[in-house]
Amino acid sequence: MGAPVDLGARAADNLRYIRETIESARTFTAVPGWGGVGLGVIALVASVAASRQTEPRGWMMVWLGAAALGALIGLAAVARKARRLSASLSAAPARKFALNFAPPILAGALITVVLARNGMYGVMPAVWLLLYGVAIVTGGAFSVPCVPVMGFCILGFGVGAAFVPAEYGNLLLGTGFGVIQIGFGVWIAVRHGG
Amino acid sequence: MARTSAVRKVVAQPRLLDAPARAAELDRLIHDRVRLGIISALAAQEGMTFSELKKALNLTDGNLSVHARKLEEAGYITAEKAFVGRVPKTSYRLSEEGKLALGRYLNHMEALIAATRRGPSNP
Repeated sequence: MGAPVDLGARAADNLRYIRETIESARTFTAVPGWGGVGLGVIALVASVAASRQTEPRGWMMVWLGAAALGALIGLAAVARKARRLSASLSAAPARKFALNFAPPILAGALITVVLARNGMYGVMPAVWLLLYGVAIVTGGAFSVPCVPVMGFCILGFGVGAAFVPAEYGNLLLGTGFGVIQIGFGVWIAVRHGG
Repeated sequence: MARTSAVRKVVAQPRLLDAPARAAELDRLIHDRVRLGIISALAAQEGMTFSELKKALNLTDGNLSVHARKLEEAGYITAEKAFVGRVPKTSYRLSEEGKLALGRYLNHMEALIAATRRGPSNP
């Protein structure tokens, strides 16, 4: 019975290989461009709203609200694009992206709590930009090449925020999260199907 | 004896034997793992650059070049060469013929699996 079993097993192995290769190749379009544009617009609006706050805590709450709204929009955009591409969110590409993207974001959330407790609001822009940049770089390693490039750009703004006076932090957040994400979002949407 | 019978049943599938000789040839062309990988990756993605394909399939430059050229000569994929600044950039796309070849190959594999599942007792 060896020969027919081998033929069937080899055929199944070939089909598995095709499926895995297709899944792997689809990692290149995991990031939604228009979703990125949406996140960028939210960041610009938040930047303006936050600059009008008189208390540091109010300023932080504006940005945290924007982050929560951005997370919802980002997840919805990823789900929409995955559905359009008939890609599973539990498949290897999505898992790899999520596993690499999530840890820096979670670390950023935890550090934010610690900084807020100690009243260190001036450090937050640098921490947020640096860790979000790292998340985009590491998650983007499984996406199209311009995604990690976007991450490095945001990282650059984070480095800037770490060394300039705190009053420039809000401007750098607006530019890093807003302008950069809008620019790269349009590029991804045009070049990589939405 | 059962083994011989089973082999005959697999090989005697009409879809396999009655296919035109050209189709059999095309199957052999993409049956190679590397070329099958290239075709599969390009089926998932509208267009991929040389370096994207190399990264996705974990191939060397030489290996990818050789196999991509064979697929290009068969008309399964198209290559577009351009310069980004001074750096040459080659992008590949799956042609209509390539899509058909992959479809035929998938049918071929599914027929083999189905024949194996039916086994020697069912006609």
